[in-house]
Amino acid sequence: MTHIPETGRTYRVTIRLVIMQVIVVSMLLTLGGRLWYLQIRNGEQYTQEANSNNIQQVVAPAVRGSILDDHGVPLADNQTRLVVTVNRTDLMRMKDGGKAVLTRLAGVLGMTYQDVVDKVRLCGPRTPEPCWNGSPYQPVPVTTTATTQQALQIMERREVFPGIVAQPTAVRHYGGPNGANAAQALGYLSPVTDNEITASEKDGKPTLQRTDQVGRSGLENTYDAQLRGTDGVTRYQVDTLGRVIGDAGDTPAQPGSDVVTSLDARVQAITEQQLNQAMQDARHTWDTVTDHYYKADSGAAVVMDVHTGRIIAMASEPSYDPNEWVGGISAKDYAQLTGRSSDYPLLNRAIQAQWAPGSTFKVISTSAAVQAGYDPKANAYPCTSSMNIGGQTFKNFEGESAGDISLGKALEISCDTVFYGLAYDQWLKDGGLHPKSPKDWFYKTAHQFHLGQKTGVDLPGEVTGRVPDRQWKINYYNEMKNIWCAQAKSNNQDYASKIAREDCTDGMVMRAGDSANYAIGQGDTLVTPIQEAVIYSALSNGGTLYQPAIGKAIVSADGKSVHEIQPKPVGRLPDSPSTIAYIDQALQGVITEGTAAWKFGGWPQNKIPLQAKTGTAEVYGKQTTGWLATYSKDYAVIMTIAQAGTGSGATGQAVRTIYSALYGVQPDGSIDPKKAILPHPPQNLPKIGPDGVVQQASFAFPRNFAYPTDPGPVLSGGVMPAALPPDRNEKLLLGRRYQV
Amino acid sequence: MTSGMTGVGGGYTVRRFTPERSTLGKLVARDSAFRRLDWVMVWACVALTIIGSLLVWSATIHRTQINHGDPEYFLIRNLLNAAIGMGLCAGTIVLGHRRVQSIVPILYGLSLVLLLAVLSPLGSTVNGAHSWIVLGGGFSLQPSEFAKITIVLGMAMILSARIDAGDRLHPDHRTVMQALGIAILPICVILLMPDLGSTMVIVTTVLGVLLASGASNRWVLGLMAAGSAGAVLVWKLHILKQYQVDRFAAFANPALDPAGVGYNTAQARIAIGSGGLLGKGLFHGTQTTGQFVPEQQTDFVFTVAGEELGFLGAVLIILLVGIMLWRACRIARNAPDLCSTIIAAGILAWFGFQSFENIGMTLGIMPVAGIPLPFVSYGGSSMFAVWIGVGLLQSIHMQRPVSA
Repeated sequence: MTHIPETGRTYRVTIRLVIMQVIVVSMLLTLGGRLWYLQIRNGEQYTQEANSNNIQQVVAPAVRGSILDDHGVPLADNQTRLVVTVNRTDLMRMKDGGKAVLTRLAGVLGMTYQDVVDKVRLCGPRTPEPCWNGSPYQPVPVTTTATTQQALQIMERREVFPGIVAQPTAVRHYGGPNGANAAQALGYLSPVTDNEITASEKDGKPTLQRTDQVGRSGLENTYDAQLRGTDGVTRYQVDTLGRVIGDAGDTPAQPGSDVVTSLDARVQAITEQQLNQAMQDARHTWDTVTDHYYKADSGAAVVMDVHTGRIIAMASEPSYDPNEWVGGISAKDYAQLTGRSSDYPLLNRAIQAQWAPGSTFKVISTSAAVQAGYDPKANAYPCTSSMNIGGQTFKNFEGESAGDISLGKALEISCDTVFYGLAYDQWLKDGGLHPKSPKDWFYKTAHQFHLGQKTGVDLPGEVTGRVPDRQWKINYYNEMKNIWCAQAKSNNQDYASKIAREDCTDGMVMRAGDSANYAIGQGDTLVTPIQEAVIYSALSNGGTLYQPAIGKAIVSADGKSVHEIQPKPVGRLPDSPSTIAYIDQALQGVITEGTAAWKFGGWPQNKIPLQAKTGTAEVYGKQTTGWLATYSKDYAVIMTIAQAGTGSGATGQAVRTIYSALYGVQPDGSIDPKKAILPHPPQNLPKIGPDGVVQQASFAFPRNFAYPTDPGPVLSGGVMPAALPPDRNEKLLLGRRYQV
Repeated sequence: MTSGMTGVGGGYTVRRFTPERSTLGKLVARDSAFRRLDWVMVWACVALTIIGSLLVWSATIHRTQINHGDPEYFLIRNLLNAAIGMGLCAGTIVLGHRRVQSIVPILYGLSLVLLLAVLSPLGSTVNGAHSWIVLGGGFSLQPSEFAKITIVLGMAMILSARIDAGDRLHPDHRTVMQALGIAILPICVILLMPDLGSTMVIVTTVLGVLLASGASNRWVLGLMAAGSAGAVLVWKLHILKQYQVDRFAAFANPALDPAGVGYNTAQARIAIGSGGLLGKGLFHGTQTTGQFVPEQQTDFVFTVAGEELGFLGAVLIILLVGIMLWRACRIARNAPDLCSTIIAAGILAWFGFQSFENIGMTLGIMPVAGIPLPFVSYGGSSMFAVWIGVGLLQSIHMQRPVSA
């Protein structure tokens, strides 16, 4: 250690001062480096974090587009209701957490304090419903059905109700013009689920907000994207306490487009009302087979424009009021709509119920026979009262005989034995129990009529029906053999066990009896009412099978952009024009002197020719399903009611009433064009003005629908009703034991 | 070069052989006190104070809960504090560190009394630390800030006495122990408050003092070891409050609990990180206007710079701090006697560590401890103390030979 006299310091001190200087410099460099790392290298990440930190979004829901009928009458639109909302951030800033305010609010709304608290609490993983699953910055609706009185009480005393707002808000409204509620066709909305939000975000373009309602079934579901529009988002800068300190730009809401449908509110109303009436009438009709009144537990009706495949009316029973879903459905209502003890009113039975077609299938069998080479016009087909196939007696329905007749006559009087004979003949030609490259004309023709596949109607959840061809028999046998054979081992002598024994042995083989049953629309064949509508429309329009559609056009909210949904032909019937003309004539005979004649007495057939085919499907363990498939030159009307007796008996009057209304036919058979509500399917779209107001036709109906008063607790999410398992329409003919 | 070195505040009057000069002449003369100041350091400190005032203003303009509805409340008070601080600085320069040295025992005793008063019912608790004496009128005193000065002065006096007298080359063990005794008393009181940040700063300052005194390496290493052992002891004996332990835990892992403990550090880092190169502009920081960073006008004032002035602004502050510290180093190296060297080195260690710790904690490389950024943070006591420190440095600087 040398002494440095000039500074009075030793070398040791000097060295240490240098060390301190080095430490200072390195500390400053460290700070600079870290600063660079945070601000330059990772700056972007922190910028994002800063943005998400203090930007809060408040969603202004887009006004959902309306669903309009063919004249612009809204079937589903929005209704202004007084919605009372609670702002949670305001409540949280109060000393008591808003308890006093909510108590006062509960008093005004006539609810309990706990009800209000439950509605505004945030949904957590374990929070029971009801709860709010939206953003905590979003005002939480407490009720959508406040009265003007209640709203005034709240808004005139703002100081007593801080954070509470009562204001008119658009909520979905199913107006049911003239009573046409079209519940299943329209569908319903329910709140979006977490999964749907995640899925929508995956597309890169988040279109779903937490407050959104999503179409769950029917048109609301199919055209959800078009109807929904784009929600507006207002972005606020907020401080650490959630107080708004500035705007951060906003996106205005884009209202959803309107969907113009081919449904006609008036025809829809009459169709629904007639279906309902027919079912009620059936319930007062005595069924001599079961010695009970008919149950008439479900039914469906479709009115189709034969030139386009567009649906003019679609009814399904039992039905419900779609307004039950608005503002959240109560747990009780939900159970009634979907529970095991319910009659599944959410099901659209026009597209989701499948029944054996019964004799309405005979137009297909006739076409099959023509394709197979039989001359339809020859009076060469014996209509006996019964027929023996493989030692088994197949009876004519109601046991009548009519001698040797043509196929046209067989259609007209619905003679089963003629078709048994044809099917048996074909079955033998195809090789019987040991088929060698079978032609299978009857099955092939059914596929050519697009049975066993979806029609592609613009409604979700459609089912395919079934054509029980050879392949299906094998598949079904493989699926069922364990069950059948297990049942076969039992010593029970009941009918089901006998059939199980039969099926266990040779269920995979197409048997003579199967073919015979099939030809008259019994057995395992299943069709939906919409499939029948497509087929009978094709018979009317000269053979074109259309993809049925309800949506006719998508019209933007300002009416400027119109996207028309064109009719889509998807196939042709295998029949030649002459065959179609022949069938046409035969089906006219059904009206004039055939199985439907007793219901169409006095019909002006020369002015408005109708064609019809009745059908009565037998279902094991149930009463018969009645079908009536009809068409004019413009419309096909299909009606079917399960457990209601014969087709003509159960539905004849109802179908006739629908035609009468369409064409203005008076009870005395005269035609009053002024009373015809839709003598021709409308060609033009209703006009929508630039203000979004539909220029409705002059016949707007009063809205006389009852609205639910209290929506009750909200259930989030929605359940798409699955199609009911079809009844296996088999084993209808007694004693199927036959050996060939 | 060795004559007349005691200069201003020396024990005798310098005999002049030049005519009497006018007042202005005195001021601008080559050997005038005015011109002998280290202006580079002064301007760096003034610049930091001005920037600090703007940042404090920006940080408090929206803080309506604390600014009494007056957006300029903190700005005005900060400017007032700065003015008082600069006045104290000037006073210190005029008085000279030697004359100050002569009253060190009194100052030391006074600061000890004030520290003890904090522990008494006179003191107030702010943010968990019981380290304030509220004076009223919105002013309060934090005696630990002044204790830093008196500890440096006291230790310097004891450590340098025999060396500057020429008796010894280095302080012996007894002297070092006496000097440490000076420091330990206030440290214990501050630790009891508990004010962890001030304790850390004072321990580092003591280390700087010991280094500059030429005390043997054993003492320096021993102090470091004792500091570490003390930290462990403090932890084990639960002298620290839970929040202080939590701060350390959050420093180690800020993602631990972003809503609670790690909130400060996470929000501070978001504020700085989102500033980017040029910043969001003064008064336009979203983190700042949104008040996401707690204590932003005091301990976390650097986050305002980071967010609103960006990388360039933040680096400017670090550069100004660097200039200030570089000049302090220079003053320490050029000091004519060991007493001056020790004082300068002590203040250097104090300013240096406190700046590093403060900026480091906002950047997430140091644990969160409640200490202000010298010159920049809002806070009267700190402002007064650092400006007095500058005054002492300037006074030392002015001792240098005229020709130097």
